[in-house]
Amino acid sequence: MNHGGQTRHLLSKAAGIAVLLVGGLLAATLCFGAPASPAQVPSIFRPQSTPADSIFRLSLLVLTITGAIFAIVFSLLVYAISKYRRRGADDGREPPQVYGSNQVELAWTVIPVLIVLVLFLATARVIHSIQDAPEPPSAIEVVAIGHQFWWEFRYPALGVVTANELHVPVSNPSHPTPTFMTLTSADTDHSFWVPRLAGKTDLIPNRVNHMWIDPHETGLFLGQCAQYCGTQHAKMLLRVYVDSPEQFDRWVQEEKRPAVVSGSVEQGRQVFETTACVNCHAISGTVADGRFGPDLTHLMSRDTIASGAAPNTPEQLKLWIQNPDAIKPSSLMPAMKLNEKDLDALTAYLETLR
Amino acid sequence: MASETIAITAATEIGRPISEGLHDWIVTVDHKKLGILYIVYALVFLVVGGVEAIIMRIQLIVPHNHFVSPQVFNRMMTMHGTTMIFFVAMPILFGFGTYLIPLMIGTRDMAFPRLNAFSFWMTAFGGLLLYFSFIGGNGLYGAGNAPDVGWWAYAPLTSRAFSVGHSTDFWTLALLVSGIGSIGTAVNFIATILCMRCPGMTLGKMPLLAWLNLVMGGMVILAVSPLTAAQVMLSIDRYLGGHFFDTQAGGSAVLWMHFFWIFGHPEVYVLIIPAFAFLSEIVPVFSRKPIFGYPVMVAATVCIGFVSLSVWAHHMFTVGMNSYANSFFTITTMAVGVPTGIKIFNWLGTMWGGKVQFRTPMLFCIAFLFQFLIAGLTGIMLGASPFNWQLSGSYFVVAHFHYVIVGGILFALFGAFYYWFPKMSGRMYNEVLGKWHFWLFLIGFHMTFDFMHIPGILGMPRRIYTYEPGRGWEIWNLIVTIGVVFQAAGVLVFVVNLLWSLFKGEPAGNDPWDAWTLEWSTTSPPPDYNFAAIPVVHSRRPLWDLKHPEDPDSKYE
Repeated sequence: MNHGGQTRHLLSKAAGIAVLLVGGLLAATLCFGAPASPAQVPSIFRPQSTPADSIFRLSLLVLTITGAIFAIVFSLLVYAISKYRRRGADDGREPPQVYGSNQVELAWTVIPVLIVLVLFLATARVIHSIQDAPEPPSAIEVVAIGHQFWWEFRYPALGVVTANELHVPVSNPSHPTPTFMTLTSADTDHSFWVPRLAGKTDLIPNRVNHMWIDPHETGLFLGQCAQYCGTQHAKMLLRVYVDSPEQFDRWVQEEKRPAVVSGSVEQGRQVFETTACVNCHAISGTVADGRFGPDLTHLMSRDTIASGAAPNTPEQLKLWIQNPDAIKPSSLMPAMKLNEKDLDALTAYLETLR
Repeated sequence: MASETIAITAATEIGRPISEGLHDWIVTVDHKKLGILYIVYALVFLVVGGVEAIIMRIQLIVPHNHFVSPQVFNRMMTMHGTTMIFFVAMPILFGFGTYLIPLMIGTRDMAFPRLNAFSFWMTAFGGLLLYFSFIGGNGLYGAGNAPDVGWWAYAPLTSRAFSVGHSTDFWTLALLVSGIGSIGTAVNFIATILCMRCPGMTLGKMPLLAWLNLVMGGMVILAVSPLTAAQVMLSIDRYLGGHFFDTQAGGSAVLWMHFFWIFGHPEVYVLIIPAFAFLSEIVPVFSRKPIFGYPVMVAATVCIGFVSLSVWAHHMFTVGMNSYANSFFTITTMAVGVPTGIKIFNWLGTMWGGKVQFRTPMLFCIAFLFQFLIAGLTGIMLGASPFNWQLSGSYFVVAHFHYVIVGGILFALFGAFYYWFPKMSGRMYNEVLGKWHFWLFLIGFHMTFDFMHIPGILGMPRRIYTYEPGRGWEIWNLIVTIGVVFQAAGVLVFVVNLLWSLFKGEPAGNDPWDAWTLEWSTTSPPPDYNFAAIPVVHSRRPLWDLKHPEDPDSKYE
């Protein structure tokens, strides 16, 4: 039997595995998935906020240490199976029978213990710096409530209630305005995860959790629910808009106003207020104050509907009202089964909720 | 002795109706038959769980795919996880243990043969109960059939408010029933290993496989009991108005997590320790050297057994524990890497200076060493709790634990399969097909699970039936799905090899590997009574002593 040939196969495959894994991790680190526009890739290796950044730095240390261990042990294994393979010209004798060595055992016990100690100390520092960070008086407070397949965001100090698209101000080091979030759930477990801003924290019913972010740059940051919460877990998407201080103040002022009431859409408003819509949705300043679904007072200020599952266009809005399953099967939004005329009127009304 | 046994067996086997043979298998209390029943049962479920995985991978091959509905995907995900852990990995490992332990410690059967049969049938009925949900789970019109709450079934998704119908009940009862079977097997393993060893076999002279299964048995009792208790509590919640996990009535969702993971993490070691056991038997034989550092291997295993009972909440780093709890579970998690590392080094030490033969069982074991190394290192990454806040619940975790379970446990199992197949069947497997199986499966494994780490790093959560385009995840998901084709081809070659060799393989003889433990001293397959005369041993390698009377191990131990 050709053992040499097999060994060469084994070695080349083993080297292949190493290249694949290390290369893959590197590729992910460096190019972040070339075809997608980089801004849309929620990579944990492109942090834009202190918690995500501390984690990124820690991960570099962990990757370096584990990478070094991998390289050493991998080389030893490859060396052992190539050097000590049975040769073609074998004399048929058993090799020297070695039962062990206490010195060697001691070495490969103590060294890993030291490595673990270093890793633990570095990790504990980051745990403390993120979890025990004091809340500065200038912080924005947000209460995030997970619902089956959408997010409710409340700003108690600012008197704002919105859904699915979180607006926060950019935080610059000279004048930090971090966002401190209180997390809970109305039904099942969810998890708030925007990889470029922070690690995830779960939203659990009958429990209150906390997390914070302080985004360093303006822009849109994508994420989604990261704890299986039911049938439509996949389309419980999350968008965080980091605004400049002026943009954020303007956004808050607009959100605080009651709903615009325009006479031209009176018919649509009546459809809304006389059908099941009001059972679940609220529009401030009207009779609608349902709490099971997203607040629609400023629906048109949002870029998406159905928790990020569709763009907020009149066509998608109509589709969502008539046949939600076409966009997000098993969401809790019922198909409203309106006639053409009522649907047009209702959509026209919703389009005025800026 | 050998030829006599064969003659007796042959005389009784020929000319009997099939129904009588079948009856024998059903009422058997023989550890060898029960071991094979466990293994065959698990292999059937391996294919079922594999098909479920294939369905999920087809759905995820492109974004916004419509191959299956979200409901079906969620059922596949739940059934795949539950099946692979409870009805593939555990039974197949119990099967090898049941078959091998009495042979390796030189006795005629398990300590409690009837309990052994009872345990197998409990496990078997548990699996059937789970799959009966496809027919019987429809408690209400439109309530769905198979369970779709995920394999860890977090509260309150399992409450009656969120899980109407009976699908969750089938899941609960299946795990309850099979859990009782697992505990029975564990008790049996412990009693057999402690009380039934042949003369001369002190604990220090026991094969490592027996030692590791002893530790595994202890862990099963400690880990499966809380899970069984939690299933009872969940049923009380669902049917008797209890509020353990009912968050709307003041119950705690986090309590379920603690119950589940105090089972769930030791469970990982319950599965990997028997895999370690296979390596500890196979690597020495194909390196032609005794295991390096036997006492240290035993100590490391016992150490893993204890430390792994204190790491469960590393599955819960994101649930909002305080910084002290997170730090505690970080250090325990990293600490468990030390004895695990020691094991890898000792296998390396065993090969070092030996004459390594690349037969199929050894190839799987060598691949195990590389893959388990990587799995351990990604485990360290996940153990650093802040890093975990990013990686937890993402495809990185999915890749990590499949590296452990497929790259580690399944590879070791395939190795064990080829290694002991000659003993169990009396025939050699086909070496060429064995190597085809190895290479196809290796390529498929790495295509699937190496690249699966990357979408996790790019923010893709697990358990989603579809995903948005434009986030950089498409290419990786495509590669991952293509890898499945190679894995499936590998398994197909394995099944062909198995069936072909069973009927047409070369006769194996008693000891095809020139090995050293007691199972190779009897015939292949062994007679009902295993050994005509109970052996007496003087060292850890009794057959080495016999083959090398001039230089026996007993001189050195």
